[in-house]
Amino acid sequence: MNDATHAANATGLKVVGQRPIRPDGADKVTGRAVFGADVHLPGMLIGRVKRSPHAHARILRIDTSAARALPGVKAVVTSDDFPRVGSEALEQGEGSATLVDVADNCLARGKVLYAGHAVAAVAAVSSEIAERALDLITVEYEVLPHVIDVEAAMAPDAPLLNERLFTAGVTPRPTTPSNIAQKTVVARGDVAKGFAAAEVVHEGRYVTVPVHQGYIEPHACVAWAGADGQHQIWCSSQGHFAVRAMCAKVLGLELRDIRVYPAEIGGGFGGKTTVYLEPVALALSRQCGRPVRMVMSREEVFLASGPTSGGVVEVRLGAMKDGTIVAAEVTLKFQAGAFPGSPVGAGSMAALACYAIEHAVVTGYDVVCNRPKVAAYRAPGAPIAAFGVESAIDELAVILGMDPIDLRIRNAVKPGMKAVYGASFREIAFVETLQAIQAHPQYRAPLGPNQGRGVAAGFWFNIGGESSAAVHVDEDGGATVITSNPDIGGSRASMAMMAAETLGLPIERVRATIADTTAIGFSALTGGSRVTFATGMAVVQAAQRVVQDLKRRAALTWECEADQVEWRDGAAYCTDASKEVAPLSLRDLASRSARTGGPISAEVSLNAQGAGPGFGVHVCDVEVDPETGRTTVLRYTAAQDVGRAIHPAYVEGQLQGGVAQGIGWALNEEYVYDAKGVLQNPGFLDYRMPVASDLPMIDTILIESAPNPRHPYGAKGVGEVPIVPPLAAVANAVQRATGVRMRALPISPPRLLAALDGEG
Amino acid sequence: MSRVRIEAVVNGEPVEFLGGTRQSLLDALRDELQLTGTKEGCGTGDCGACSVIVDGRLVCSCLMLAPEADGRTVETIEGLAKNGVMHPLQQQFLEQAALQCGFCTPGFLVAAKALLDRNPDPTESEVRYWLAGNLCRCTGYDKIVRAVMDAAAQMRAAGGAR
Repeated sequence: MNDATHAANATGLKVVGQRPIRPDGADKVTGRAVFGADVHLPGMLIGRVKRSPHAHARILRIDTSAARALPGVKAVVTSDDFPRVGSEALEQGEGSATLVDVADNCLARGKVLYAGHAVAAVAAVSSEIAERALDLITVEYEVLPHVIDVEAAMAPDAPLLNERLFTAGVTPRPTTPSNIAQKTVVARGDVAKGFAAAEVVHEGRYVTVPVHQGYIEPHACVAWAGADGQHQIWCSSQGHFAVRAMCAKVLGLELRDIRVYPAEIGGGFGGKTTVYLEPVALALSRQCGRPVRMVMSREEVFLASGPTSGGVVEVRLGAMKDGTIVAAEVTLKFQAGAFPGSPVGAGSMAALACYAIEHAVVTGYDVVCNRPKVAAYRAPGAPIAAFGVESAIDELAVILGMDPIDLRIRNAVKPGMKAVYGASFREIAFVETLQAIQAHPQYRAPLGPNQGRGVAAGFWFNIGGESSAAVHVDEDGGATVITSNPDIGGSRASMAMMAAETLGLPIERVRATIADTTAIGFSALTGGSRVTFATGMAVVQAAQRVVQDLKRRAALTWECEADQVEWRDGAAYCTDASKEVAPLSLRDLASRSARTGGPISAEVSLNAQGAGPGFGVHVCDVEVDPETGRTTVLRYTAAQDVGRAIHPAYVEGQLQGGVAQGIGWALNEEYVYDAKGVLQNPGFLDYRMPVASDLPMIDTILIESAPNPRHPYGAKGVGEVPIVPPLAAVANAVQRATGVRMRALPISPPRLLAALDGEG
Repeated sequence: MSRVRIEAVVNGEPVEFLGGTRQSLLDALRDELQLTGTKEGCGTGDCGACSVIVDGRLVCSCLMLAPEADGRTVETIEGLAKNGVMHPLQQQFLEQAALQCGFCTPGFLVAAKALLDRNPDPTESEVRYWLAGNLCRCTGYDKIVRAVMDAAAQMRAAGGAR
């Protein structure tokens, strides 16, 4: 495997495609793995946040004097302790935000914009004292009218969150402020012409509500300011370089002054790509010089972090009687929460990406309202758009009397086609993915009374981007792979596997580790389904450099040319038959490295391009209890174009996990607000995520017919696509089971029962 | 917060520590005994990340006060492997990729052990309902359920529970 450039089409892979035990596995099943809240430092203080009880209010005065005077309180901060910062855009992977908004979200300045918005924080010697100190902080508010729902926030007379917010993306530039932060348009062709030619026109309005990423580990960090201005942070995040950058910018520090250590991360799904606690903890620590640990309660996680947008999706489709969709018009209205930056842009681009539609326009609105600022959530924006589009296509299939997969195959994008959003598709296997579901036994299995079967498709771009990796060869011929992407779902395993494959070593001889911000080059976030692709590419290139170096060293030993050395199965072979030499294994070469140039290692930093998009097709069987309105998912199969699966078990796991989140989104998860805009269900009892007894086994089909030629082993991103189809797949199944089309989520028992009664 | 002396047997070893009268068993395990393998996901008994076994009974340690552990036997994730050898549940979780982030994993393993202690041959439904008190957001439960079933089969084949 010394020449991995063509490995995308290679056969005979020895490690890639196998299912070895992950390198960090034992630590995670024995309790030894250290997550953010497990970090304990000498003299550590406990930090706590005081939060707004109001959905929208002006802060008139904050008095922290009594809290500061409480024995045991070592530091108190408000936004006055943050420097004033500008509105530069911040790199947040799949989210978007400006610096000033991130700072104001960490500690409110001037106004609170949602119930739960942080207004002050304390650090004390115990959690009890910290809690008491919070009670001693008095905040005077002028309560303002608030707005929770997206269309209410768009109304001309809606309460304004930000008097300086003018809708971007419209000309001429508006002269009055609005909660609509931005309007975006993705278009091609002539929609009016397309609809004029259509033989059938169908339209629908579909609504989703905000849902939380639901990671089980609450946000957690420890910050320790140094007397010399050198600070350290331990945190659970999807990118410790991003945490470093955001903390430095929010606090007006230099990057070199902050060292961030990646703790293990207990789930993120996009929700840990920003900062809430870290700048606050560091500000507290700078006041008192002691380490400060901050851990959110679950209630705080719900009140003040995530979620993703709720959205209104209006879809209009024009088709010919043979099923060809000739025109599409989609409007997306997404809640951004307290600050601009919903994923409506990505949602607009993804909305019609599965289909070759000649005339199409997607209009998006990014709308602020008095809820927590949204954070990225797995394929941000795409599930919301797909719920609308895939429901509408299902309705179109019914109107046309077509099989829903046949209808999709007729309109599916194929290699060489241009997407509605502009990109050209190359190695994609959407049609094969549709056919795989059509050929699956579930698609033809008989259904009983009150049962129905739904299908839906989904698309996600996947990204590449900046990554660094190093490969170090040990003196005894083992190797260590070092990267800087937090391992959120088994990526250490795929990194070690790709290095082992390239070096020709068994997986047992390779270790994988994740370094802090000072120990290796920059890597962008663990997000966008990018790590196995982009960081994997850096790993393979570093391993290839090591192989080149090993060949050079073998040639030096044999006194031959480097091109007379071949590397296979972890050893150098001399191709010059006149030299009667035994092969030199990695172990041999490592043990004598001092004589051939010193330690053997390589580090590669790159900006990976050509991630290759992913497509998923899901089929879902449900049974609806007509007495209670409860929907039970009986059977579920997900097929996905994955390029090539590096560690198939963890690829399957991505599909299964995304499906489970999508089922929760479809059936149960929602935020309940009271009339004052205060969240009424900030806990797992009332925010109902799927549990084991809610779900069946989730069957998976990995389509590997279109490996990604830009990745040495053919990998495409796989993590995000699986959450895109389930919302519509479930709704389409419910329609087939009951005859009732649910155009608003969640399809919870009371809502479905009301709809069934309405129909009855 | 006043503190009381607590004597208990934790993972087979007698321990003695001062615990707060309002301190949860979870916080005592994590902060007083440095057993941080038991996790807090919610603090309200809804997620099961803090699962431990007290006198043979599966409990959420966030819902139990530390002083209530006085005189009792507590099993945590740190006690599941014996003498450096992993429990079949731990081995199956690794082999079947039944964890992704790993944060809920200790709770699932402790809960699954409590199940197999009393029912060495559970059906898939019994596994799913027993584990319904444990939230996992990564895996969709598929591989977790399979790992528990296979560990049970492995233990039965090996001649009973350990």
